[in-house]
Amino acid sequence: MEPPLIEFRDVTKRFGSQTVLERVNLQIYEGQVTTIIGLSGSGKSVLLKHIIGMIQPDEGTIFFRGEPLTSMKSNQTAAKLAQMSYMFQNNALFDSLTVYDNVALPLRETTNLREAEIKRRVMSRIEQTELGDAVYRYPSELSGGMQKRAALARALVTDPRIVLFDEPTTGQDPVRKNAILSMIAEYQRRFGFTVVLVSHEIPNVYFISNRILALYNRTIVFQGTPEELEDFDHPFQDEVIRSLEGLQEELTGLYSRRRFKVLYHNQLKRVALGEAYSVAVFTLEGLGDIIAGLGHDAAQEAIRSMGAFIDKHLAPIGGFSTRRRSNEFVAMLPYSDIAEGDGVLRNLVEDFREQGIRSIWAGASKQKVPELCVEFTVLGGLAQGQPLAEMDEVIERATKQQKEIGRFRCAGEE
Amino acid sequence: MAPKAGGQSLSNGKAGWQLGTLLTGPFASLGRKAIRWASDLGAASIFLLLAVLLVFTRKQLPKMIQQLYYIGASSSLIILLVGLFTGMVLSLQSYHALVKFGAQGSLGTLVALALVRELGPVLTAIMITARAGSAITAEIGIQRISEQIDALSTMRIEPLRYLVSPRITASIISFPLLTAFFDLIGIIGGYLTGVVLLGVNSGTYFYRIQASVELKDITDGFIKAVVFGVIVSTICCYQGYFAHMRTDSHGAKAVGLSTTSAVVLSCVLILVADYVVTSLLI
Repeated sequence: MEPPLIEFRDVTKRFGSQTVLERVNLQIYEGQVTTIIGLSGSGKSVLLKHIIGMIQPDEGTIFFRGEPLTSMKSNQTAAKLAQMSYMFQNNALFDSLTVYDNVALPLRETTNLREAEIKRRVMSRIEQTELGDAVYRYPSELSGGMQKRAALARALVTDPRIVLFDEPTTGQDPVRKNAILSMIAEYQRRFGFTVVLVSHEIPNVYFISNRILALYNRTIVFQGTPEELEDFDHPFQDEVIRSLEGLQEELTGLYSRRRFKVLYHNQLKRVALGEAYSVAVFTLEGLGDIIAGLGHDAAQEAIRSMGAFIDKHLAPIGGFSTRRRSNEFVAMLPYSDIAEGDGVLRNLVEDFREQGIRSIWAGASKQKVPELCVEFTVLGGLAQGQPLAEMDEVIERATKQQKEIGRFRCAGEE
Repeated sequence: MAPKAGGQSLSNGKAGWQLGTLLTGPFASLGRKAIRWASDLGAASIFLLLAVLLVFTRKQLPKMIQQLYYIGASSSLIILLVGLFTGMVLSLQSYHALVKFGAQGSLGTLVALALVRELGPVLTAIMITARAGSAITAEIGIQRISEQIDALSTMRIEPLRYLVSPRITASIISFPLLTAFFDLIGIIGGYLTGVVLLGVNSGTYFYRIQASVELKDITDGFIKAVVFGVIVSTICCYQGYFAHMRTDSHGAKAVGLSTTSAVVLSCVLILVADYVVTSLLI
């Protein structure tokens, strides 16, 4: 396996008599999205500040590309810092500078670029973060979401190789939270930088993270994929994950994955042998096109709206659902066979075409959207389950059965 | 009896310890304050030294010009008003004192020397402290508590170079210029009261100024202005920069208290430095 980009070995940090981090060991790999989760005040931001050198450990060693930070010469440290960017929890925008000047600041102060080139780069980032209307406004004149995007634009303007995000979604509404996370994921894919994210937005961060680090009782108790975290048997699950996750997902209002699992197994106990139930899987295809054409808000509106319509149509027949991936939903129909489920799916898509699609275009109209037609499709698949069948196996079969059940273009015309 | 004696001895020991604490307490407190003062003085000196060294780095000129405008040009109106009325009242008071000795002809000498040697540098420094110094502390303090200074570090922008050096340089340039402006306006103010209102001869007023004010008086005034500029800008930047380190308060209150400390300390040190510099120059 490739050596880690950043590694902590037995890092301990104390503030006075209070120990914030104790013998922390962790690895962060290049090109991945690594999310540090933990309760508020558990030391996540302190951990992040160690990476960028704002805080030094009292004990232990931090390695950057296998080399201890303490043995680095000042020019090596400067070169390391040049690859990094940090987005603060409270944005830390300069309130006496306009959005343009805030974003341009690192280029003006640390490079020898001409003003024309600086302007080109700054405007490019400003457009990408959908701040075209706020270029010459001051941070105090912007909404919380716009301030976040301005901070994001500033963090990305130097084309960093590593970007550290300290709770980038704090204080945002559900659509905006997911839009920011989706933005981070999109840029990470597009530019290939390494992301280290501090967040407690569970499960939203699972959808964009390659690796999760769990900080609990001053130390890292888990390192692995989001899927591996689900099977992690530790008090962290009860005390942190469950308290952060809640019973319903904030954006869609659907059940959390954990709650869905519990309900699913409860229903299985009720279903008599020989009785059938069905599982439906829906995928919103073309989310990337919605982002590119209509922006992140519209994409999140599409997800939110899809979730709301699934719930609207399935709940009356005893169904319940959850979001499995950023654009994938899974539902259990405990009293329906495949034929009935198929009818429900058709009604759902028709209703979504007539009503639900409006909110997506409404989401898009909040921003300056070019005259562009966006196309996306909804895939749906059904599978029959038996009481003894494993949940994941039934879901997998439903996923394989997926076919296009609706195609939407511009104002919802097929 | 033994336990009683033991108890008495313990009680005596406790009383002795309390008496000792009572006697040494003020000295210990004074000692702690002295150590903190010495430590702050050392830290402020290093702060100043680093900031001065960073003046000679690239891309500093636009920031210095911006600060020159803010500390210097924008303070001219208040300097004009204070200078004018200081000259006028100085002339008014001096005239009534001089007239008793029939020496009203020396009004120009008295007004000019008082302004050039003492009042010009001192009052200019105090006025800039009140107007720009307090704003410098508040601005840097807010930037500190809202993590803007940390943000600079993460962007590889040296905060001392970006925030402090231009302000100290601009102060060193602005203070003598504004002092000269104050002196000039003060002399005009003295003229308005002495010559226009009280009837002192105009030619005598200006002749006495020309005859009595030497180049050394002017350069001494400028030396004082430079010293005050260094003191005020260092104290104001330092108080704002370390507003988050205050132990008596946090957040916005810490910025408020730092601003108050900066203004009070600057004004006191201006007067102390005035005495010291005068002693050295006289």
